[in-house]
Amino acid sequence: TACTTQTQTQIDRDPKQPGAMAGEKGLVLLDFWVSPFGQRVRIALAEKGLPYEYAEEDLMAGKSDRLLRANPVHKKIPVLLHDGRPVNESLIILQYLEDAFPDAPALLPSDPYARAQARFWADYVDKKVYDCGSRLWKLKGEPQAQARAEMLDILKTLDGALGDKPFFGGDKFGFVDAAFAPFTAWFHSYERYGEFSLPEVAPKIAAWAKRCGERESVAKSLYSPDKVYDFIGLLKKKYGIE
Amino acid sequence: RPHNLTINLYLTSSTATRAKMSAPAAVRVIGAFDSPFSHRAEVALRLKGVPYELILEELHNKSELLLTSNPVHKKVPVLLHGDRAVCESLIIVEYVDETFDGPRLLPSDPYDRAMARFWARFIDDKCSKPFWLAMWTDGEAQKGFMKEIKENFALLEAQLEGKRFFGGDTIGLVDIAACGFAHWLTVCEEVSGVTLVTAKEFPRLCRWAKEYASDEKVRACLPDRAQMLAHFTANKEMFMAMAKSMLPK
Repeated sequence: TACTTQTQTQIDRDPKQPGAMAGEKGLVLLDFWVSPFGQRVRIALAEKGLPYEYAEEDLMAGKSDRLLRANPVHKKIPVLLHDGRPVNESLIILQYLEDAFPDAPALLPSDPYARAQARFWADYVDKKVYDCGSRLWKLKGEPQAQARAEMLDILKTLDGALGDKPFFGGDKFGFVDAAFAPFTAWFHSYERYGEFSLPEVAPKIAAWAKRCGERESVAKSLYSPDKVYDFIGLLKKKYGIE
Repeated sequence: RPHNLTINLYLTSSTATRAKMSAPAAVRVIGAFDSPFSHRAEVALRLKGVPYELILEELHNKSELLLTSNPVHKKVPVLLHGDRAVCESLIIVEYVDETFDGPRLLPSDPYDRAMARFWARFIDDKCSKPFWLAMWTDGEAQKGFMKEIKENFALLEAQLEGKRFFGGDTIGLVDIAACGFAHWLTVCEEVSGVTLVTAKEFPRLCRWAKEYASDEKVRACLPDRAQMLAHFTANKEMFMAMAKSMLPK
C-alpha cells in the first residue's frame, strides 16, 4: 500500500490486542495516513513528546469493527484511545491532550482570552479549509469558480490573522499551528485546482508553511504535496469524478 | 425582554476563591432576540453571576459594533469583555468558564471535558441542520430529516440516563448547547405543525427540557415565548423558503 507510518515512535501493531503495544502512556491513535485531521494529533503528540501506538485504518477498504466500536457516532478517524477510552474529533483530542497531560509542553496559551482566540481560529480552519478545498477538486465551472473565490478569501483571512508573527501561537508553535499545519501539504493541490499562487495570495501563510515544515513534528507527520495530489486523484476516481 | 441593562460591575469576591480578573471590566453581550446562540452567551454569564449589558441586534441591519467586533463571521453572539471580543457561542461559554469564578460549566476531569465538548459539537454539527429542515420542509425530504434528527435525539436521550442535566447535577456546557431543544423546539413544532419530540419517545429529553427551561437563571435570559411564537408565525413562509434553498439540488 501507499502507506508507511512516519511516526516518531515506531511500534509494531499487534492486531489481536489493540492497545497492547500502546506505550507507557496507554495511547493508541486510530488514523489514516493522509488525513490532515489525524496529522494534527500526530503533530500534537510529537510536540508534547508523548509516546503512542499508531494504528492505520485502511479507509479506502471500508471501516473496521475497531473503528466503529471506538467512534460509533461519527465512524471517523482520528480516534485517540487512552487506556482503552476513545476521544473523538481532532480538535477535541488536542484539547484533551492539554488537559490530560498538563506536564507536557502546552499548545494552548494559559491566558483565557488568548485561548479563546486560538480556539476561534482553529474552529475557523475546521469550518472552512477542507470543505472549500474539496469543492475545488470536486466541482467544475461556476461552482468551482465560487469555491476558488472562497478559498482565496479564506487564505487571505488567515494571512491577516497570522500577521507578522512567526506562528499563530506567537513566538511558539501552538494550537492553531497544529490545527492548520497538515493543510500545508494540500496547498499545492489547491493551487493547481484553483489556479492561483499561494505566495501571491497569502505570502505570510506561504512563509509560515515553510517554517512549519522545518519542525520535526510536522515533517515526520505529513506526506509530500505530490503524494497528496495523487491521493486526490484516487479519490476522484473513487467518486467517479472526471 | 428586550432589556438593556447598564450595571456597575463588581467582581464576585470571596476570600476562598481567587479572582481571575485583575481589574473589573465591562461585560457586554451583542445578541439577538430569539437566537439560541445568543442565549448561550447570556446564560453562561448568569450561571457565573456576572452582570452584563445586553445589546440587541436587528440581524437584517447589523450594527457597526457587531461588524467590527466579529469581522470574520459578522454573527451574534459576541462577548465584549473590556476591550476583548470573543466570538462563537461555545467558545464564549468556555471563555466565561475560564475567566470568572462560580460554578463550573465544564467538568474538571479531562475525559469528561472531552465528552462534554464532543456532545456540544454534536449538537451544533449534527442536530441543528436536520432539526431545522425537519421543521420547515415537507414531503420525502422532510421524512428523511425527521429520521435523521430522531436518530440523533436518541443519542442525546441516552446521554441523559440517570442524570438531571447533561452536565450531571448542575447545568453545564452540553445543557447550554442543547438550549434550542428546551425552549425553541416546541415553538417550532407549534408553528410548523410538525411533532418531533414526544414524552413517549423521548421521556428524558422532555423532562430535561422542563428542568432546563425552569431554572431561575436560565429563565431570566430566555426569549418570551408568546413573542417568539408571534415572530416565528410571521416568518414561517420565509423559514420554509430558506429551508427549501438549503436542500441539495
